[in-house]
Amino acid sequence: MSENKTITMIITRQDHPDESSYEEKFEIPYRENMNVISALMEIRRNPVNADGEPTTPVYWDMGCLEEVCGACSMVINGTPRQSCTALVDQLEQPIRLEPMTTFPVNRDLAVDRSRMFDSLKKVKGWIPIDGTHDLGPGPKMPESKRQWAYELSKCMTCGVCLEACPNVNSKSDFIGPAALSQVRLFNSHPTGEMNKSERLQTIMDAEGLMGCGNAQNCVQACPKGIPLTTSIAALNRDTAVESFKSFFGSDQRV
Amino acid sequence: MAGTRGYVNRRLHSLLGVIPIGIFLIQHLTVNFFATRGPEAFNAAAHFMESLPYRYVLETFIIFLPLLFHAIYGVYIAFTAKSNLSNFGYFRNWMFIFQRITGIITLIFIAWHVWETRIAIGFGWAELNYQLMEGILTEPFFFWFYIVGVISTTFHFSNGLWSFFVSWGITVSPRSQKIMTYASIIIFLAISYVGVRTLIQFAYGI
Ligand code: HEM
Ligand code: SF4
Ligand code: FES
Repeated sequence: MSENKTITMIITRQDHPDESSYEEKFEIPYRENMNVISALMEIRRNPVNADGEPTTPVYWDMGCLEEVCGACSMVINGTPRQSCTALVDQLEQPIRLEPMTTFPVNRDLAVDRSRMFDSLKKVKGWIPIDGTHDLGPGPKMPESKRQWAYELSKCMTCGVCLEACPNVNSKSDFIGPAALSQVRLFNSHPTGEMNKSERLQTIMDAEGLMGCGNAQNCVQACPKGIPLTTSIAALNRDTAVESFKSFFGSDQRV
Repeated sequence: MAGTRGYVNRRLHSLLGVIPIGIFLIQHLTVNFFATRGPEAFNAAAHFMESLPYRYVLETFIIFLPLLFHAIYGVYIAFTAKSNLSNFGYFRNWMFIFQRITGIITLIFIAWHVWETRIAIGFGWAELNYQLMEGILTEPFFFWFYIVGVISTTFHFSNGLWSFFVSWGITVSPRSQKIMTYASIIIFLAISYVGVRTLIQFAYGI
């Protein structure tokens, strides 16, 4: 039955970071239970476009193949998502594949997400425990808090929430929701909390928390269901208190 | 804008939208609503406002300076967004874009409205009374211009109130944000009624 069935794919390609992009159409044989990656592998096996001309194989990134690394993210039929969990049977044809526009393209569908890792450095998205001697066990975390903090820890830095955000674009330096939510995660940790105010200070600028305009696309788009807008609102509260304390209080200085 | 300055500017922009501009908006619409009780009632209310002590101080610090800051910074914020409604047609994304569009419409409307009322009165080209607004609003073009301007402003304020509650971390949970959405819709309908009802009074005398 599925013998002669084919899948049509229209892929936005780019040979080099500095070159302009172009579209190429592919017809590939259908198999059952394909995902977008296995379709791309089919092109790699037989790099011939829909006009029957030989071409270069389409390039993309991947890692885990189970939606935990985020490397394979791309825009599929207009929606940014992971190509490893995008099932061909559930997609409308022709399947349009584009690289995410938020990030510079390395080649074809592979983008450079360095800015996300730079943002994690900016917000000090870690817990500093290194030292010259053993500090002993840290304070315990209440189970109720651990449960919601675990949800925040699922972030795989995939970039989908930045792609969905109308305030993350070439005209703004907004770091996007992912790194902000990580501030809430590390501030919720009993040891991480010791650097809470330091971490809050890193996002108290126009590129940080203030870049958010409450369009709330991120929370709809996040494949991990991370409550990004709750994190942002919580940080809005924390930074408001933080500014109040640092201006009127004496918590940071004697 | 990097560092603390960008942070303070954004916080100030958000705060000024409600205190004092939003409060002034409610007060302004309320005083104008006296028109529905007839020209004398409107004139009395308007003259009371006009004769407040240290009026220029009040006007400068409660209306002009905050509005100027909010408007200029608002235009900057509005133009740093890039609409993506075609791929993300969610309710909040629509509200986000409407907030920016109504900001621009409101700016044009307020500029014109201040010009032909407060500035004209200041220069002595016009006198503050019922007839001034009647003269403007009996012209069909300006009646509709004012309808659009007033509804744009009430929308911008009501939806702005919703985002103000998020911006200051008052509504954090999704549930509280949802309830605030309903509250902002009710506020929008209520103050739009007050504004539009007043315009109809000036235009049609009913
Ligand atoms: C009657 C006049 C106005 C009132 C009462 C008002 C009120 C508000 C309020 C309450 C907010 C929400 C602040 C927040 O999110 O924390 C807001 C946001 C905003 N206003 Fe206004 N505003 C007025 C005029 C203007 C004008 C003339 C502009 C110019 C374009 C403007 C542009 C904006 C923008 C872009 C935002 C969104 C900020 C954000 O979400 O980050 N507003 N306004
Ligand atoms: S918050 Fe969600 S959408 Fe954003 S980078 Fe993390 S996993 Fe991806
Ligand atoms: S390959 Fe890791 S998320 Fe798809």
